[in-house]
Amino acid sequence: MKQFYSVKGVIGLGLLGVVILIGIFAPMLIPFEQSTKMYMTARLSSPSLAHPFGTDQLGRDLLFRVLLGARTSLEIAVTAVVTSVVLGLPLGMVSGYFGGQIDNVLMRLVDTLLAFPALLLALTISAVLGPNTQNTIIAIGVAFTPYLARIIRGEALRVAQMPYVEAARASGTTNLMILIRHVLPNIMPPVIVQSTISLAFAILAEAGLSFLGLGTQPPAASWGLMIQASRDYLDIAPWTALVPGLAVAATVLGLNMFGDVLRDVLDPRTK
Amino acid sequence: MTEPLVSVDRLKVEFATDGGTVVGVEDVSFTIHPGETVCVVGESGSGKSVTSLSLMRLVEFGGGVIAHGALTFVRQDGSVLDVADAGPEVMQSVRGHEIGMIFQEPMTSLNPVFTVERQLTDGLILHKCLSKSAARLRALDLLKSVRIPEPERRLRQYPHELSGGMRQRVVIAMAMACEPRLLIADEPTTALDVTIQAEILALINRLKREKGMAVLFITHDMAVVAQMADRVVVMYRGRIVETGTVTEIFENPQQDYTKALLAAVPKLGEMAGKTAPERMRISGDEAARAATAATKAAVRKPEVLLDVRHLTTRFPVKGGVLRRTVAQVHAVEDVSFTLNIGETLALVGESGCGKSSCGRSILRLIEPQSGEVWIGGRDIGALNHHDLRKARRDMQMVFQDPFASLNPYRRLKDQVAEPIQNFGLFRGQALDDRVAEIFDRVRLPRDFMSRFPHELSGGQRQRVAIARALAVNPKLIVADEAVSALDVSVQAQVLNLMMELQEDLGLSYLFISHDMAVVERVSHHVGVMYLGRIVEIGPRAAIFENPQHPYTLALLSAVPIADPRQRRFVDDLSFKPITSPIFPLGHQPAPSVYTQVAPGHLVLQA
Repeated sequence: MKQFYSVKGVIGLGLLGVVILIGIFAPMLIPFEQSTKMYMTARLSSPSLAHPFGTDQLGRDLLFRVLLGARTSLEIAVTAVVTSVVLGLPLGMVSGYFGGQIDNVLMRLVDTLLAFPALLLALTISAVLGPNTQNTIIAIGVAFTPYLARIIRGEALRVAQMPYVEAARASGTTNLMILIRHVLPNIMPPVIVQSTISLAFAILAEAGLSFLGLGTQPPAASWGLMIQASRDYLDIAPWTALVPGLAVAATVLGLNMFGDVLRDVLDPRTK
Repeated sequence: MTEPLVSVDRLKVEFATDGGTVVGVEDVSFTIHPGETVCVVGESGSGKSVTSLSLMRLVEFGGGVIAHGALTFVRQDGSVLDVADAGPEVMQSVRGHEIGMIFQEPMTSLNPVFTVERQLTDGLILHKCLSKSAARLRALDLLKSVRIPEPERRLRQYPHELSGGMRQRVVIAMAMACEPRLLIADEPTTALDVTIQAEILALINRLKREKGMAVLFITHDMAVVAQMADRVVVMYRGRIVETGTVTEIFENPQQDYTKALLAAVPKLGEMAGKTAPERMRISGDEAARAATAATKAAVRKPEVLLDVRHLTTRFPVKGGVLRRTVAQVHAVEDVSFTLNIGETLALVGESGCGKSSCGRSILRLIEPQSGEVWIGGRDIGALNHHDLRKARRDMQMVFQDPFASLNPYRRLKDQVAEPIQNFGLFRGQALDDRVAEIFDRVRLPRDFMSRFPHELSGGQRQRVAIARALAVNPKLIVADEAVSALDVSVQAQVLNLMMELQEDLGLSYLFISHDMAVVERVSHHVGVMYLGRIVEIGPRAAIFENPQHPYTLALLSAVPIADPRQRRFVDDLSFKPITSPIFPLGHQPAPSVYTQVAPGHLVLQA
């Protein structure tokens, strides 16, 4: 566990901890109205004492919006990525481990999905299912699955050829147990790394869907929605993009560092 | 005596790691005279490679720092260079030009995207300022001097088009390109088959004599040392244990470590006249000697355990746009043999001869094409998926690479317990007790049980692999090159353990190996494989003392003998290269027909 006390571990856990705390407690402590209240005389005002992070084009306080948007963004991103891991793991593992015709069929399916840009896929799914949080999660989760499945399949293919898998088979271990005991732990490191990267993209994907009216519905705040809304005012009010952008960056940085450290902690070789 | 070409004086190399500085080698001093072969011998981690890399100042690329000591090298123009202080430009003009180097792995020391010509001429154009056409002519000469067949054609070829032995010849040609005064060969034959090893060793010897260059030869193999060295430097844990001429070291070793190292080396031919296998001598291990007597005493009535009949395994070669099967690799071709209870049958041969495929086909880790495998009255080949899994209880396997055959993420006790759980033999406390018992059996401390594989050495890991195979009390263990990756002293211990287990538990081993000397030591019967077929099979004594098939003879003559007085004074060896086992679809090879030369001693008819 000593890796958690490394510089990387402390920064990663610290950043992530702050973001999670905000996500949990901000909606409890700050009334929802704070994020939608418009100061009509102070639209696009730069950071000041009254509005530490400035305001957006409708005069809404960015500090409150970024705090209250944290939960929406994180909720959607985390659940979507978990969904894609849950879908991608069995798909990729079965494909890579068994190979042959199973692999061919599953991977052509994945390739077909990969042919569409992830956002377009998410958009289609979301449009078909209807705009609400749950469907946004499903849409992003499904759209990210093929990327993860590809990576997992490659890793499973590599691990399936390791002598310890052959040794397990020679000693009478069933395929299911080999997958759970031997393949799964050995493919986790790249899965963890890819998942943390996916989270950043999921936050942005949610933004894209929201922009098109399919994700978070205004006037509720989410980081992605805020970044999208800021694009017309970048030259006169750059803080409108900077504030949610930094929030996303801090989250992703925290996650990446945490992911790295988690991978090391799970690896018995680095103990 | 002439002035030394190289003198290393109190060399100390340190490596910076996360856990502080680690000393790679310390207080290493030796000299190399012109025209002399100095062998640095030692087991893994002894610092022999670090020493040779320091001479080239390549050690820095691996994170090492020469902390202390002088490495003087007499240059072509007579000036004396201290390699430890030389700047990068000077070193660049020395490397490849005045000191040539041959690496272990001929597959990776050639760049796969350049032709042989390009790789050979690069150094010539750089160091000798030759024109392209002149360099080409020189490259052709070099290929001829390393006796590569059809040198003109080889120049245009890429490394993957050449065999392992030819690649290593190209690597040697590269090292020789600028006629270096010193050739450093770091385990140049370790990755090669024994016949190719013999060819390469003969080649290095000839080049050394013709060009009068000095050779620094790094190896772990005492037999190779005996064949090559003028003087020997024995290293252990980063320090020099003993230096001396080759006859001094072999016939009158002074240090205990040298004695132990020599004792652990099996010598081909030392088992002549003995019928039963014999334990390895481990210096100071009197118990082993006592047990040897017991081996002879325990004579069982032969009873067949494993009966393999006409086993054939082929792999498809896919090609074309549609990935159709265009040809087949005939990996195992009409192989038949029997193995008795409590005995060891060794399958020997060179890489690609089908010995591993044969072992895997018997366990049905790969599916054989045809043939029968009878174990205890059951034909393994005819079992369905469910019954096959049950039958695996009787037959277990030990793999070559102890680093890859254990799952890095699982505790050792869980890995040893896995086969027991698979067959539901024990549960809960009984399971833990059984695992502890097996750990005792293979002489691993019980506190290793909750450790992970990376915490163990290679020999300890191989014990865990053996423990895992033993867990369900199998009748047959297929040991696929089970000791090949181990250092010789560890190899001796693991072999002794295997023989001890055989005596105590009545195990039968199918011992797959390329090492003739080890095979002579451990086996009751030997089958020699070549191109998927057993070309000769019989009692061990018959194969080693009265070999009949030309391939067996070639194999035996290629094995280096760990005795400097039994050197083979041959200039150049050339064994017939192994032909391809790939045949077009529908090819029907002739069945294997044998002639009996003595009871149980069969030779394949040509």
